[in-house]
Amino acid sequence: MTDIALSSLYQQLILEHYRKPRNKGVLPGATVEVHMANPVCGDEIRLHLQLDGEERVQAATFIGQGCSISQASVSMMTVRLKGKSLDEALALAERFTEMMHGSREAARDRKLGELRALQGVSKFPVRIKCALLGFDALQEAAKRVRDQADGSDRG
Amino acid sequence: MNGPAAPAGARVSDRRSRANAFAARARRDFPALQQEVGGKPLVYLDNAASTQKPDAVIDAIAHYYRHDHANVHRGMHELARRATEAYEGARRKVARFLGAADPAEVVWTRGTTEAINLVASAWSHTFLGEGDEIVLSTQEHHSNLVPWQLAAARAGARLRYLELDGEGRLRLDRLPELLSPRTRMVALSHVSNALGTVNPVAEIAEQVHAAGALLLVDGAQGAPHLPIDVAALGCDFYAASGHKMCGPTGIGALWGRRELLERMEPYQGGGEMISVVEREYSTWAEVPHKFEAGTPNVAGAVGMGAAADYLTGIGHAALAEHERTVLEYALDRLAAVEGIRLFGPPADERCGAVSFLLDHAHAHDVATILDADGVAVRAGHHCAQLVMKHFGVPATSRASFYLYNDTEDVDRLVEGLDRVKAIFG
Repeated sequence: MTDIALSSLYQQLILEHYRKPRNKGVLPGATVEVHMANPVCGDEIRLHLQLDGEERVQAATFIGQGCSISQASVSMMTVRLKGKSLDEALALAERFTEMMHGSREAARDRKLGELRALQGVSKFPVRIKCALLGFDALQEAAKRVRDQADGSDRG
Repeated sequence: MNGPAAPAGARVSDRRSRANAFAARARRDFPALQQEVGGKPLVYLDNAASTQKPDAVIDAIAHYYRHDHANVHRGMHELARRATEAYEGARRKVARFLGAADPAEVVWTRGTTEAINLVASAWSHTFLGEGDEIVLSTQEHHSNLVPWQLAAARAGARLRYLELDGEGRLRLDRLPELLSPRTRMVALSHVSNALGTVNPVAEIAEQVHAAGALLLVDGAQGAPHLPIDVAALGCDFYAASGHKMCGPTGIGALWGRRELLERMEPYQGGGEMISVVEREYSTWAEVPHKFEAGTPNVAGAVGMGAAADYLTGIGHAALAEHERTVLEYALDRLAAVEGIRLFGPPADERCGAVSFLLDHAHAHDVATILDADGVAVRAGHHCAQLVMKHFGVPATSRASFYLYNDTEDVDRLVEGLDRVKAIFG
């Protein structure tokens, strides 16, 4: 692994989010709360989303512990989620995943915002799961919201 | 020794030169160590996870497959005879390595994990009942916890735990109160994989036997480093893995006292482990074959036998002297790193591993940055989540040493940590 890859992995923006995470804390009155952990390494986060009646993210917060990549990624993700519909949030998760798997096109997508700083992670295969932890929680949260909606439709 | 004492500094530097010369000789035997990672010579400090393999082991496995392979114990032809001899010869080598007088007391397994599962399953089947107790410690690797949780749940038995002190030693002062008339088994590690703590097995064995219980020792980290003499240790079962002592993966050994092995039910059914098979029942082969259902890992056994011979050739006294010197140096240098937290006891009570955390940098980030410098360490919970909980940390970085590591490897580790600090500040 080269020095260039390493400095691209640990960009200042990532370290800054790691040291001063945004939207860290519990969210009273959250619509959905998901705990996601990586049992292999012990990283964990608890993602809280508050959605309005049209499935739009009013607020997103997290609590968690883990490496700089997992914590910076979820911090950046919560910033990006605010105001997005659930569909837009899932599209963001998909785009981010593409970037992690090396898509240059995804890495140029301005929709990812600050999350693009994490593109260097794609060169470190063992760390990709760290960067995806928050998005795994997001996908699980969306699934729960939709399952619940389906359940009440049927009810 | 009546002459004037040499200055302490000189003696220390002599020991370090000897340790480095020892490591340099050993390194020549390990082809995987002759490579660069990240443009620098590889510094392999992940030996508690798995060790590298010397030519002697690689060649023994290759020779077996090139010349002697057939199925064991059943063929009437030359190669079957050679394969059987290689397989049973390796058993004798490992028995000698473990200090076992009777090779029939050594059962081949896939590794320490399967060895412990074998006892937790086959022994518990007959000897563990409702309300019985098993004593474990919070120092254990998951492979010496989960099999007992499964066995206890099946039998309705209870698990009790020996706690650790602030430096990761077993709280042996609490052992007498944990041992009760219901205690059937005590299962403890010889050496902690996460902390390197060496446990006083012989002392524990006396107390366990006085209470009428049995002692199983998880020797995954003991067998690679310490001279093993199961008789002197006084335990009833000792489990070890080939790949942690220069041997191949997928092979390990369970040593057990013969009368216990004979009274235990088989672990798995199949070929090789039977005497007579009828429609409704079968009778079992003699130990150890009773526990070795199916075509075994013959090449693995040959490799582990070669590894035992290799380490015996190096000599346990020389190995211990070398490892102590490198470990002391590592603990000294790491303790001087600003913002580091070291886990585990002093050098004279540990072997193999040093777990640590840096302020501001997570264990995984430390491992990634060290890897970029060609220094391989492990980061995570080390399959010892109860140890992590004891210290209130989610993960640590762990550097673990073996015969081919020297003080320059420690220097490279410390340089790498300086780099981590430069990034994470």
